[in-house]
Parts: sequence; C-alpha cells; structure tokens
Amino acid sequence: MEAPGAGAPPRAAAPGRTLLAWAGAGAGLLFFWAVLPRLPVNPYHVQVLMYVGINAILAASLNLVNGYMGEFSVGHAGFMAVGAYVSAVVTLWLVPRPLWGALFPAALLAGGAAAALVGLVVAVPSFRTRGDYLAIVTLALNMIVKSAIENIEAVGGPRGLPGIGRLTTPAWVFVWVVVTLAVLRHFLHSRFGRGVAAIREDELAAELIGIDTRQVKLQAFLLSAFFAGVAGGLYAHLLQFINPRSFDIVKSTEILVMVYLGGVASLAGSLVGAAVYTVLLEALRFLGLWRWVLAPLLLVVLMIGRPRGLLGYREAALFVPAWERALRRAAARARSEGAGSPEGTGS
Amino acid sequence: MRRSPALAAMGVLAALLAAAPALAAEIVVGLNVELTGSIPVVGQSSLNGARMAVDEVNQAGGLQVGGQRYTVRLQVEDNEDKAQSAVAAAQKLYYQDNVIAMIGPNASRNAVPAADIAESARAPMISPWSTNPSTTRGKRYVFRAAFTDDFQGRVVASFARQHFNAQRAAVLFDVASEYNKGIAEVFRQAFTELGGQVVAFETYTTGDKDFLSQLTKIRAARPDILFLPNYYSEVPLQVQQAHMIGLNVPIIGSDSWGFSDLLTLGGADMEGLMFTTHYAPDIATPVARRFIDAYRQRYGSAPDDVAALTYDSFQLLFLALQQAGRVDREAVRNALASIQRYEGVTGTMQFKGTGDPIKSAVVIQIKDGQFKYFTTANP
Amino acid sequence: MIAYLLQQAINALQLGSVYALIALGYSMVYGVLRLINFAHGDVFMVGAFLGFFAAAVMRWPFVATLLFSMVGTAALGVTIERVAYRPLRDAPRVSAVITALGVGLFLEHFVLATVGAQPRQIPRMIPVRFYPLPGGIGFSSSQAVIFGVALLLMLVLDLFVNRTMTGMAMRAISWDIRHLPLMGVPVNRIVSLTFAIGSALAAAGGILVGLAYPIIDPYMGILVGWKAFVAAVVGGIGSVRGAMVGGYVLAATEVFVAAFLPSTYRDFVAFSLLLALLVFRPTGMLGRVWAQKV
Repeated sequence: MEAPGAGAPPRAAAPGRTLLAWAGAGAGLLFFWAVLPRLPVNPYHVQVLMYVGINAILAASLNLVNGYMGEFSVGHAGFMAVGAYVSAVVTLWLVPRPLWGALFPAALLAGGAAAALVGLVVAVPSFRTRGDYLAIVTLALNMIVKSAIENIEAVGGPRGLPGIGRLTTPAWVFVWVVVTLAVLRHFLHSRFGRGVAAIREDELAAELIGIDTRQVKLQAFLLSAFFAGVAGGLYAHLLQFINPRSFDIVKSTEILVMVYLGGVASLAGSLVGAAVYTVLLEALRFLGLWRWVLAPLLLVVLMIGRPRGLLGYREAALFVPAWERALRRAAARARSEGAGSPEGTGS
Repeated sequence: MRRSPALAAMGVLAALLAAAPALAAEIVVGLNVELTGSIPVVGQSSLNGARMAVDEVNQAGGLQVGGQRYTVRLQVEDNEDKAQSAVAAAQKLYYQDNVIAMIGPNASRNAVPAADIAESARAPMISPWSTNPSTTRGKRYVFRAAFTDDFQGRVVASFARQHFNAQRAAVLFDVASEYNKGIAEVFRQAFTELGGQVVAFETYTTGDKDFLSQLTKIRAARPDILFLPNYYSEVPLQVQQAHMIGLNVPIIGSDSWGFSDLLTLGGADMEGLMFTTHYAPDIATPVARRFIDAYRQRYGSAPDDVAALTYDSFQLLFLALQQAGRVDREAVRNALASIQRYEGVTGTMQFKGTGDPIKSAVVIQIKDGQFKYFTTANP
Repeated sequence: MIAYLLQQAINALQLGSVYALIALGYSMVYGVLRLINFAHGDVFMVGAFLGFFAAAVMRWPFVATLLFSMVGTAALGVTIERVAYRPLRDAPRVSAVITALGVGLFLEHFVLATVGAQPRQIPRMIPVRFYPLPGGIGFSSSQAVIFGVALLLMLVLDLFVNRTMTGMAMRAISWDIRHLPLMGVPVNRIVSLTFAIGSALAAAGGILVGLAYPIIDPYMGILVGWKAFVAAVVGGIGSVRGAMVGGYVLAATEVFVAAFLPSTYRDFVAFSLLLALLVFRPTGMLGRVWAQKV
C-alpha cells in the first residue's frame, strides 16, 4: 500500500520502455526460431534450456499464489499433470499427425484450460481455510489427480503414456515464457492484483475495506493452474512420455524449491530460481547420487539464512509498469523526507 | 635456411595430428540401466556384463570396423528404475553423447518408453532383458536379446498345467509395471486355452509392501497354484505373507525372479518354488562356460541372466558393427536386422525378421537355498 | 463373507497400528510447534535401518533392537529440531515447512548414498506362528506382536500426555507458545522432548514394520510417511488421541477398498475421503475447532 503522499493518479506508461520490451521479445523469438537451430550447439544443452523455460513458467505460476498472495499451495504438480495429459490426449487422439505442429498451441491451451478447471477445486476450499489446512487440501488434490490418472487405463494408467510427438521447441518455450510473464505482470499490477497483495498482508482487513477476496482468490488460482497446465503440456511434448509418477509430491516439492530459492513475490525471482535449480542439478550430474544430498541441504541452509529467497519481494524493473515504478519512487521519497508519515509497503 | 625450432615443433605437431585419428578412434556405446531404485541388482549385473564385453574387446586391441581399429567406450546412465528418467537418459545418450547404439533399459517398464526415443532418434537400441512385446512392436530400430513374454507366459501356463496338474490358478501382479501386467495377461489367456481356470487376478502397485488384502481374497478363491510374475525384491514379501495367512499352494514365477537376492531376502519360504528364466549356469554350453568362468574370476560370483544377456547384446552389437563396415547408426541397424542366427552365452538365438529372438526357456527350482536347473522348454 | 471381512479387519489392525505410531509423531510436533514435519517419514525409515543394523549386523534380540532404534532415532529427531527448525521458530510457517521437506529429502538420499539402494532383510526376531480361529481365519504371531506393542506404547503415551506435568506442559505449548515461558515452562526442552518421543515412536513403527514386512529400503519412508500424515490429519492434527484413531480409520479404509475394488483405487478413495473430510470438517475427527477472534 502506498504512502499517502504519493496519491498522484497513475501516469500513462512511458511508450519508449514498452516498445523496447516488445522489441526485445521479438528479437528473442527470432533468435530461438531462426538462429539457434543453425548454430552448432550441443542439442542436449538446448534441451536443458527448454526445461529451464518450462520450470520458469511453473515457478512463476506458483509464485502468484504462494508468493504474491501468501497462500500455501503445495500440490502444484497436480495442475501440471492435468495439462500434460489433456494436451497429450489432444495431439495423440484428436489431431491428425500432419497438423500436429500447427495445432500445438491449441493443444496447450486445452491443457491449460483443463488445469484451470481443476484449479477451481482448490480455489473453493481456499475461501474458508488458510495456511496449513490449505496445504493439506492442495496436497490431497495432487495425490487424487495422480491416483485418478493411474486408474484411467486408456492413457496407460500407472504405466504411462508413451509416443507423444516432440513438438516443444525453444521458440515455443520462449513464446510461452513471455506470455506467462506478460500476463502475470499485467494481472499483478491491475486492480485485482492489488487485491492479491492485500490478501497476503491481511486477509481480514482486505475484506473489511471491500475487496472481494473470493473473486480475487478465484482468479489467482485459475491463472496459476492455467499456466501450470501449459507448462505440463510443453513438458509432455518434450519428454515424449508422461506417467503419473512424474507428477507426484516430489515434483511439487521441486517447484516449491524453485519459487522459494529464486524469491517469493518476484517474477524475476521465478526466472532466477528456475534457472539456478535446473542448471545446478544438471551441472552436478557428476556427483551422481550425492547431488540429491547436496541440493536439499542447500535448500535448508537457504531457508534458515534467507527465507524469502534470492530476490524475494524485489522485482526487476522490466516486470514493473512505469507508473508503478514512479509511484514507488515517490513513496520512497515521501518516506525518507517525512519522519512521521506511516510506512508504506510496496507490493 | 637455419634450422628453426619452430619448424621442428610444427613438424612434430603435424606428425601427431596425422597419427591422432588412429589414437582417438572411439566408438561410444550407451548403457541405460537400473543402478538405483527398487531393482539395483539388475542394473549392477547388466553393468558387470557390459564391462566384461567392452574390456574383452579393448584388450584384444579394439574393434575392427571397416579397416580401422576402434576402442569401445561405455557411457553409463542410471535410469533410477523410473520410466521418465529412462527416457531422459535415452535422450541424453543419443543427443549429447552421440552413442552409436544404446544397450538397455532392462525392466520393460523403462524399456518400452525408452524404445520410443530410440525410434524417433533413428538410432539402434538393444534391450538385454526386456521381455514385454511392446518394447519392439512396430519398431525398426529396437532389438532385444531375450525371448518375449508371448512365449514365456505360455511356457509358465503349460508348465503349471502339465507339471502341477493345476486347474485353478491365481495371479498377483504389479499393475503399475509393463512387464508384470503383460505376462500376467498372457498367462491368463494361455492357462484358460489349456483348459484351466483363472480364479483370482489381483493387482498391487510398485512399492506396496502389504499384500494381505489381496492374498486373503486369493485364498478365498481356493486356487491350486499361485503365479507371482514380480521382481526379486517384492516376491519374498508376497510369498512370506501368503504363507503367513495359510495360503500353502505351489507358487511359480517368471524371469524377474532370477537373482540371488531373492534367496537372501526370502529365506526358507522360497524353498521348492519354481520359475522360468533365460539360462541356467549348471547346464552351460562351452561358449557359456568360458563366459561364466571369466565372470566368476572377475566378480566372485556366477553371472545371472541379466549379466549374460547384456554380454550377448554387446556381442550382437559388435557383430553388427563389423558387418556394417562403418560406424553409422543406419548401417548398424540394417546389419542387426540381417543377423539370422547367433550362438550366445544364453543359448541359440534365431531372428526371423523382427527384433525378437526365438530362444528356449529353462525352468529353475529353488533347492537347498540355491537355483537348480529343472527342465527346458523349447519354442 | 463374514469370515472374509473379519480377516480383512485383522489385516487392518496391523496396518493401522503402524500408521498410528507414525501419525503420533506428526500430531505431537504439530500440536507443539504448528509445524508439519514432512521429514518424519524419513525419520521412520532411519529407525528401520538402525533396527536392521542392530538385528542383522549386531544380532541383538527383539527388545534390544527396539530400544536401540528408538533411542538412536530420538537423538536424530532432537538434532533435526535443534539444527533446522529452532532457528525458524519465529519465521513464517511456510519456511519451516519447506525446510522440513528439504530435511526429508536429505535424509532419504543420504541413506541411499551411504547404505545403497538394495533392499535389506531384517532377520526374524520372533518365531513365526499362525494362530487359526474358527471360520477359517486367523492371525500370525507378528500381527499379534505389532498390535500389542503399538497398543502398549499408545497407552503409555496417553497416560504421559494427560497425567504428568511434562505432558501438561506439552499440551500447554499447543495453546500459547509465546507466553508460556512466563509460567516457568522450559519451552525449548519440552519441544526437544516432543521431537524425541515422536521420533522414538516412529522408530518403533519402523521396527514393527520390519517385523511384518522384513524387507526394508531407503524409499520406504516416503510412502508410509505420507499415509501416516494423512492419518494424522484425518484424526485431527495436533490431537494425540486423534492420531491413534486416524491411523486405524485410514488403514481400515485402505484395506476394505482393496478388498472389494482393484488395488489402484485404494489411494484414490483414501485421498478423496480426506479431501471431503477437510472440506466439511477441516479439523479432523478429534481435532479442536479453532475460532478466530477478530
């Protein structure tokens, strides 16, 4: 919430910065689509890069609910599973092979939509419960999704679904990372986004001042689940094989680690967390089993030393609209000038 | 012209560069095995067999392919007995390590999805131990060194009917695992065709420890024989719990039993039980004898079937490389497909145009705490 | 049919005893610290391995193995609390839970890396005998021992929590940890004791599991740990008696679902019931209903 001194109405976003951002995105797309395939890079490194992108989408989507909204959702892999299976089923059963490439985004959207529907199931209990109980509810949902899939013989049950087309490319991953971050950025700095931060700070007070917390929570969970579902679809079409076991609590824990490592309530933090985690695990492959001993140890040390993560509550300038940045600058100025003005906490 | 040390150095360098290809000529073979997870003995045995095959060839001066000598290098990946890790390992081996071919995975639950990767990467794969038909079905690049469960399931069923005169059979299998489910279904069909009746067909999921519920159900169906086509780390518990609730019918198994850990973990409860498998060290041919003795000398124990089958897989690959005449995935694939008959450690293999060899199976009985050959079943 | 149901009920008693013992650890720690100790399942696994060491390597008899494992695991629990959870006593609960997940993963892979992945067999510590009952059903000696030992431990714990000063202190901490030191209660010591007892009970569960299913491996903590956690929640997390009840309720659900449906439905039904319970009665069967004062 801003300090009272900075009550100036939001100015229009400086067009220069936005243009630059979109130009950057376009250049990136061009690079991944046209330039990268022609470079003599190790294809396995490119694959790791794609996993980083997928993990970034997962971390950002979970960060929305856990970091920005301060909820306690620990079953995120459940949404990923729904997205993975639905998108795989769409390409394998509904789309003829020659059209796989063209209709890939449609399959991903279908996966995301299905995951969002499941997100509703989590959103409803969140209206009444918080904290540990929500954790248990989301955990239970993760397990239910996993065991439900295990009972659907048509998609291979517990043995998994093989033969998925390798449709995920670096370009597609880049596109979806940009889309995810852009949408989340827009949402977080909109009216609803304010509600998200308010709920985190004090849910009761937020209700008292008239924020429709149910609507806000619903939107947040839906968005979060949607993008997790898209990430699941990208994952399925990269590994070409999915099974229920890939989406159990261990996967959810990995996503949690990325969020809390990179930084809560920070989109840039999600990127950092995903990149550091994925690359670190790959780089430590030579340690064999011991990397799985080292990694959680690092996590514990991190949690004790810096529980909010590397970039917690701090955001890269790119992800904050210009008018918001101006507001924060004004608020900071007011704070440092007026000794008596009440503390403002930027979201 | 003055003799320049620089010129001399360049000369040496040039000589070295000319010789370098001969020194650095290397063929990389990938090994995708279950070193951790619930069946680590399978991975370790496979690795042992692989190392023996590779060291043997390198000690003989390398593999001669198309007029050039190559050293063979093994690139080992642990698939942790998880299907998704097996797939990731296959991708790494084919795309990063550029292996000429991949040997493994062994467990069908890992081999079946990994086979898809081999097929889409257009690179050869040989699974030493996978018996589930889906591993090679409809694929050009995937081969195996073992018989398939279409054959093995029938062998078990007819053995149950003939040797035990069983009329009513019960099955308890892991529904989360490709191999167990596959062979259980073949058994059920074959047993019924042979005039028997499958009175109980119960399932569990990988990792379960408690089978009392299912075994109680089985006991209530009053079977004459119980078929447990499950892995060596799970069967002892199943057998012990069956005995604990008073289910004392004959129990038979399949090739997933064939590890000495089965005996250590199961103890006295396993006495007298029988299972089908790929080869028996006590009736070894001279070819097998040599391998068994060398293995025993290096590792201190007799090789189990996974080790032997892995060794055979490598020999098949080496043969294909030599016949192909060049280190090229497509050429090796074609060479593998054209092998019609091969005498391996695990017996005679006949290929009839598919990636599946036609081989005999053996029945082993557990007697005095050891595996003893009982009889052979021919195709 | 009656005989079949009775036999399944006996099976449920065995499974439930194990779940209850481990669930107690979750509930006690939650009651005292409001922390879901996700590392608890792996503590149970370490207990089983300590038992393996005592029984297979040192060849000690049953009671000595049990005591050794309980003491060793209690020490582990206390150490974990001291090193990983105490620094986070005032931090947001989320950090503590993430840390707990991390500790669990660390334990699991540490044991995996040092002891190895292969399953080990715990030697038979009590003679194997089957006691038939009328109707064709019966129970085994291990089932009897498991149920008996679990019952005994739970009785002792119940008496301890409800009839002693220390037990009262534990219950008091669950009401208001901040102001209790004002009453002269050594909060840190009681918390350590809680962890010690919870871990010791988990170790007992591990030994009893070794009795029933003598094959142990480093992964066993994950599955059983999560089930026991669900049991604790079903019974009402934070409530000692709730954990005991929850263990048997969950076991009964699992056993009877598997008795009539394919085994793959077991988890699905169990977790769906949990979800339903949480929606309608979030505090579980015997949990305290919290009212939030505005």
